[in-house]
Amino acid sequence: MTATQRALLNTLRLALAGVAIGLAAGPFFLADTQLGVLADFFSMLVLAIMWNLLAGYADIVTIGQHAFVGVGAYAFYAFAALAGVDPYLSIPLAGVVALIIAVPAMALLFRLRTAYLSIGTWVVAEVMMLGAGKIEAFGGGSGISVPIEILRAFGSTRSRRLATIYWLGFALAVFALGSTYLLLRSRFGVGLMAMRDNEESAASVGVNVTRARILCFLGVAPVLGITGAVITLQKLRIAPQASFSIVDWSVLITFIVVIGGIGTIEGPILGAIFFFVLREYLSDLGTWHLILLGVFSIAIILIDRRGIWGLVRRFALPADLIPIAHRSSSENTAVVEQAGLELP
Amino acid sequence: MARTNAAVLQVEGLSVFYGDFKAVDGVDLSVNAGEIVSIIGANGAGKSTLLKAIIGQSNRVEGRVRFDGVDLAGRSTAEIVAGGVALVPEGRRLFASLSVEENLRLGWAVGRKGSIGFDEVWRLFPILEERRRQKAGLLSGGEQQMVALGRGLLANPRILLCDEISLGLAPIVINDLYAIIPTIKASGIAIVIVEQDITRSLAVADRFYCLLEGRVTLAGIPADTSRDAVMKHYFGE
Amino acid sequence: MVGALINQLLQGVLLGGLYTLFATGLSFSAGVMRFVNIAHGDFIVLACFALLTMTTTLGLHPIVAVVLLLPVAFAVGFTLQRFLLQRVVGEKILLVILVTFGLSIIIQNGLLEVYGADTHKVAGGWMETSTIALGPDVNVGLFSVLTFIAAVIVVGSLDLLLYRSGIGVKIRAVSDDVATADLIGLSSARIYGVAMGVSFVTIGIAAGFMSIWSNFDPSAGPTHLLIAFEVIVLGGLGSMWGSLAGGVVLGVAQTIGAQFDAAWQIMAGHIVFLAVLVVRPHGLFPRH
Repeated sequence: MTATQRALLNTLRLALAGVAIGLAAGPFFLADTQLGVLADFFSMLVLAIMWNLLAGYADIVTIGQHAFVGVGAYAFYAFAALAGVDPYLSIPLAGVVALIIAVPAMALLFRLRTAYLSIGTWVVAEVMMLGAGKIEAFGGGSGISVPIEILRAFGSTRSRRLATIYWLGFALAVFALGSTYLLLRSRFGVGLMAMRDNEESAASVGVNVTRARILCFLGVAPVLGITGAVITLQKLRIAPQASFSIVDWSVLITFIVVIGGIGTIEGPILGAIFFFVLREYLSDLGTWHLILLGVFSIAIILIDRRGIWGLVRRFALPADLIPIAHRSSSENTAVVEQAGLELP
Repeated sequence: MARTNAAVLQVEGLSVFYGDFKAVDGVDLSVNAGEIVSIIGANGAGKSTLLKAIIGQSNRVEGRVRFDGVDLAGRSTAEIVAGGVALVPEGRRLFASLSVEENLRLGWAVGRKGSIGFDEVWRLFPILEERRRQKAGLLSGGEQQMVALGRGLLANPRILLCDEISLGLAPIVINDLYAIIPTIKASGIAIVIVEQDITRSLAVADRFYCLLEGRVTLAGIPADTSRDAVMKHYFGE
Repeated sequence: MVGALINQLLQGVLLGGLYTLFATGLSFSAGVMRFVNIAHGDFIVLACFALLTMTTTLGLHPIVAVVLLLPVAFAVGFTLQRFLLQRVVGEKILLVILVTFGLSIIIQNGLLEVYGADTHKVAGGWMETSTIALGPDVNVGLFSVLTFIAAVIVVGSLDLLLYRSGIGVKIRAVSDDVATADLIGLSSARIYGVAMGVSFVTIGIAAGFMSIWSNFDPSAGPTHLLIAFEVIVLGGLGSMWGSLAGGVVLGVAQTIGAQFDAAWQIMAGHIVFLAVLVVRPHGLFPRH
């Protein structure tokens, strides 16, 4: 690494830290609309980080994670509006419900492999959505608004509510990023990265692949549920199509992570930023923006499957911005095995 | 198909890379028409890699492979096989869910059309004719090796590359297989035999090469070379 | 009363024929290339719209339109495989899922741009409206019978192709072990291309029947993918005739579900699917 590169790397890391601190203080200097957009950004970021953990490391490519987002949304409503539980408490409880549902879902889905598993997650999501739409207490097919008393618990004025919801989203994003970072740096995380590179080799060196996948799935579900609760506070209502929106919580998330860089920790962040910037300029294009996203993500996969971040690493930076990698010997392992030789 | 002493296969300065790793390093070898050439070497010496490179299945290759004088660079495996080079892969590698007959038919479909047909294969391996409709995955190791050999022969090759055909088989079975080699040679096909088992392969070979860590360390005629010399170059010092 | 029940069952079975048509292409490509084309349903819808344009704007008879479409479908499938999917096949399945997922979104929104969000249907004329009386109170639509017959023919043809033809042996070989296939001189890329081409021909046939059977709109793709998916998992992966069984089970489940509540039709299908998955994880007639 040259001195210039090191300087660039450190500057970027400092900038990242600076931005994070700035964001923490957001409500003190940002306008309401900006807070709203950023709160939205945080939710998408969390979903992206979670999807990336499952698909990029644990090899569980889901097209149905919107199931747990919806479950979280509806559970939040059930606790806060129907059961009268403290609204703040209802948020983590929504996560618990998502976890409870995740267990049988997982038992069912893990009977399927690879692409069949992916579509299976979609079927589960469909069932959840259709089921939710049948329940009258939740407003049936057209949904229901979150009562104003619940919203007031988060702030007496609209501005205060926006600030609280912003901070909730920010805290969730920091938690998601932080826990993923710590996870990947742990022994469990090294196993995950080995799995990401080559599942068979990982298994042969002692990584318990099945256990890792189960833990990841069960770890991600409650976070998705909590995010669903926070999103409900932003959207102010629950409804089958909206809370279980495949486009918003699965399709766009997938594009974000793939374009940003799947299987990397910087990827989801980059992808989310890219998407939000694009949305500002493309929103009037209607369906075309989805088409463009689709074309773009396919192109990225063909060019460098590590996405934009992969290109940045290839041409600009010699090391990760958020350091988690140990000197990767997995590449060497793969190379030697390909040659059909014995490992020393 | 004149029996001249022209080289059917000529390998010049061949190096094969996996990433940065050099599995085969500057190998020169030749095989003449109707010859049996043995390539011996320990596990990991680069023998299989060499054969795969000849058949066109390696990505990064330096040097040259000539078949009947023609440079094979840039040719696909399908083209090379159709041109007369057939590989009997290490570990048999049959299609388990296909029948014996279907496995053989594939060999015939990808090769040159010539004088070897099913009749010739049944004559060489009568037991396969009995088992022709059985799924290849259910056969014994020896029978599977026969199918693999038959598949290679049905391509009517000018040169047959045999990768470790004795691997994992009982001595009696190996004897039977090696007894067939002279018959194949007699029909004018050149044979390259890659083996870890030195004794058997040197017993049938006209010439041999010894490979160690990707390099040719010894080349010669079995009758003229002492066992000690072979051992020394097989294991290196 | 009995007549009504038999009617329902028959409807369900015949609906299964349509569902089987959706599924055979997916079963074929998934069985051979070991990846699932997420855009499968969207390609069926794309073909439906192509047929719509051919029959309305160009004024062609539906049967003529389908016959003209089939070679085009083969070419599209072959090209898609050879030039796009081949570049990600064999690596992590993730990439194929992502690429086909991207295709799915592109097709859906592209169709939306060109045709708008309205539902459409291709007019089937006399084929569509005729019924056959099988007994007192038991009537079946001619078209649904034709569809079922087509499903049987397609399944049977694919089975014949796979097990009794030269190209079929090659397809089964690459499906068994693609590395060995390449090693002995088969061109797996070309064979995959042919397999995908065949899969797309069945997509064309499925679209031919579906476009007349019911309404379709640009966003209908995913629903058809899910149906195809459930059919092949129910029937057992890798089994062509199993798909027929799976289709019938799904068709009957949905039809009976619809008896309780029109909105329960789809739900009933999903529930039966999940239930079978619990009891028989490898499907009803697994081959592998």
